[in-house]
Amino acid sequence: MMLTGAEIIIECLIREGVKVVFGYPGGAILPTYDAFYKYRNQVHHVLVRHEQGASHMADGFARATGQVGVCIATSGPGATNLVTGLATAMMDSSPIVAITGQVPRAAIGSDAFQETDVTGVTLPVTKHNYLVTDIHELAYVIKEAFYIARSGRPGPVLIDVPKDIQNEKMDFVYPEEPVRLPGYNPPAGATEQDVQDALELINNAKKPIILAGHGVMMSGAMQQLRELAERAGIPVTLTLLGKGAMPEDHPLTVGMMGMHGAAACNYAIQEADLLIALGMRFDDRVTGNLKTYSPNSKKIHVDIDPSEINKNVKVEVGIAGDLRTVLSQVLPGVKSNSHPQWVGQIRDWLEDGNERDILNNYTGTKLLGAQVINDLWRYTGGEAITVTDVGQHQMLEAQYYPHRRPSTMLTSGGLGTMGFGFPAAIGAKFGMPHEEVWAIVGDGGFQMTMCELATAVQENVNINIAVLNNAYLGMVRQWQEFFYDERYQSTPMVNPDFVKLAEAFGIPAMRVTSRDQMAESVAFARNHQGPVLIEYVIEKEEIVYPMVPAGADLHNMIRRPKPGEKEGATA
Amino acid sequence: MSEHGAHSSKHTLIALVENKPGVLNRVASLFRRRNFNVDSLTVGRTHKPHISRMTIVVDTQRTSARIVAANLKKLINIIDVNIVSEHPHVSRDLALIKVRTDDVDSRNAVTEVCDRYPARIVDIGTKVAIVEITAQEDIVESLIEDLRPIGIVELVRTGVVAMGRGIRIMDTDYEPPVRVAAQNGLERYGV
Repeated sequence: MMLTGAEIIIECLIREGVKVVFGYPGGAILPTYDAFYKYRNQVHHVLVRHEQGASHMADGFARATGQVGVCIATSGPGATNLVTGLATAMMDSSPIVAITGQVPRAAIGSDAFQETDVTGVTLPVTKHNYLVTDIHELAYVIKEAFYIARSGRPGPVLIDVPKDIQNEKMDFVYPEEPVRLPGYNPPAGATEQDVQDALELINNAKKPIILAGHGVMMSGAMQQLRELAERAGIPVTLTLLGKGAMPEDHPLTVGMMGMHGAAACNYAIQEADLLIALGMRFDDRVTGNLKTYSPNSKKIHVDIDPSEINKNVKVEVGIAGDLRTVLSQVLPGVKSNSHPQWVGQIRDWLEDGNERDILNNYTGTKLLGAQVINDLWRYTGGEAITVTDVGQHQMLEAQYYPHRRPSTMLTSGGLGTMGFGFPAAIGAKFGMPHEEVWAIVGDGGFQMTMCELATAVQENVNINIAVLNNAYLGMVRQWQEFFYDERYQSTPMVNPDFVKLAEAFGIPAMRVTSRDQMAESVAFARNHQGPVLIEYVIEKEEIVYPMVPAGADLHNMIRRPKPGEKEGATA
Repeated sequence: MSEHGAHSSKHTLIALVENKPGVLNRVASLFRRRNFNVDSLTVGRTHKPHISRMTIVVDTQRTSARIVAANLKKLINIIDVNIVSEHPHVSRDLALIKVRTDDVDSRNAVTEVCDRYPARIVDIGTKVAIVEITAQEDIVESLIEDLRPIGIVELVRTGVVAMGRGIRIMDTDYEPPVRVAAQNGLERYGV
């Protein structure tokens, strides 16, 4: 069948099961857009308003579904606008394939119009990338790209396709043979010795704790994790991206660890005699000061990426492997056990945290971010897919919106990309059309990508946008309050009227200023098919507690004072 | 049997890589991005046209050689990585050293120094001579220090290449797929 390179691209996307792509046309990718016209009944193209939005949408789609998300852009500025989204996906191991147009082969290197060395620019922020130089390679490259993106430790892969290759024709036969890459062999399971070493530690620990990360969900090891925790009686803490790995209402789930994690988790990690780290990578936001991190524990670390083992934290048992496979190997040897004293100690710490919780102590009248999130949880039954941006509202979501199901809390953890939340929520909704999707964003981050409101309207995406507006870059303001003597340089924001703004896009909107409107606001959002925006005008100077200052010991958190205690007391 | 001293923080890694454009760039980018400290990096073809071989000497004071190797292995185009300095191996560095020979004393001195090393003079004139040495890195360095007082005016080194001793073979069975274009049935595509 004689096909153009552009048609081959789309034939290959269809073979990979792609039904929706997010993109923006331009000169060097136009032949492919013409092919999208031909295939418009098989692949739906979502026109974004900025290519960054396309990459975040592909990412949100991938995180919600576990499938590869696809974004597409033209050469030069189109491609460079994808970079933030690629870096975001790279840091959080999200499988996306980006296809970019490139100037014709003959023009490469000549500083042609809209020419950028895109494979050079994206090399450090992709798992792999390709510049296609021969139409006969095109189908193989696309097949490899999808395979690399979704296998092993997932990540973004970029394919740069010169315009003349998109136009060229060849007699096309889809390569049916499986991908064979000599230098790419993601690890499978653990060795028998690894399993025995891990069991020795697990079965003899007195104060064990599990640290569950994103990898639990990516390998589909939720059931195995739960079995391990329940059989051995081991409490489970979650990373930010690990939320959903274990139901948060499970009695053994302690909460989130790290900089703004539950104090009980951090104390437990510091006190433990065994850390079982599963599909997480000991990010600095999780460990605090490495020199004092969990000083008395032996450590087991299971991760699909061998380069993560012993990178930040030295471990006694390091297993590079697929988590579900490894846990399935380990589980038969795990002895039934319980640690009532240890679990009781953690419960005491949790109780202390509850006493300090602002929701149990607040006497003011202004609406709090914590209240908004907690009420969104209440009125959505804790069942929504929430997609956050980055900042205080993100940490409040992690603290006050417990998730029961995997992959229902999507957030930019590693890169901390402001502007991620709203477009990623659009992508998530395309992936999970029957789920209730809420974009939970701050006023700062929302304004970075709010041009996608037009995309949401054009596609009539049925999502709810909760803008928590404190007229500050709240998290930066919090750091300025704590560490820069309250010099609020460049953090107060003069914002647009978000309700009028939404209405200008044709989006129903509502402003909420007090807690008694919360139920009404959720009902309002649910009553409209299509995008809805709700602006929550919240307390301007709310602080997210607890907080491990950057580089501080994990147990040296700044805690919210108990009633009657002095402000800013450190536990 | 490391050729470096017992307290050296240097390690030598060998990487077999697909002979494709941009692979050297990926390796260089990785080292820069991860803040690994490279002493030397050489790359050349092997007896198989589709395979190139890199020898990389890294300072592992900050990052262990195993972490460096694990990161190299993550690159899709790298087929295999071996920390050759963990085992008995042979390593060689080649240097061309241009020295001043514009009087009898300096000419005699260069000859005398070269006699003490596996070095030879490959070019000599009334002003300068070129000394060539192929040896272990530390021997090359020793020669350079001995020639320095005579007057080095130009110097080039290849960087270390290394090979494990004995039957420890660093090789791959990988053969690139032969992709025949359906269009004309003639065009062949290597990797």
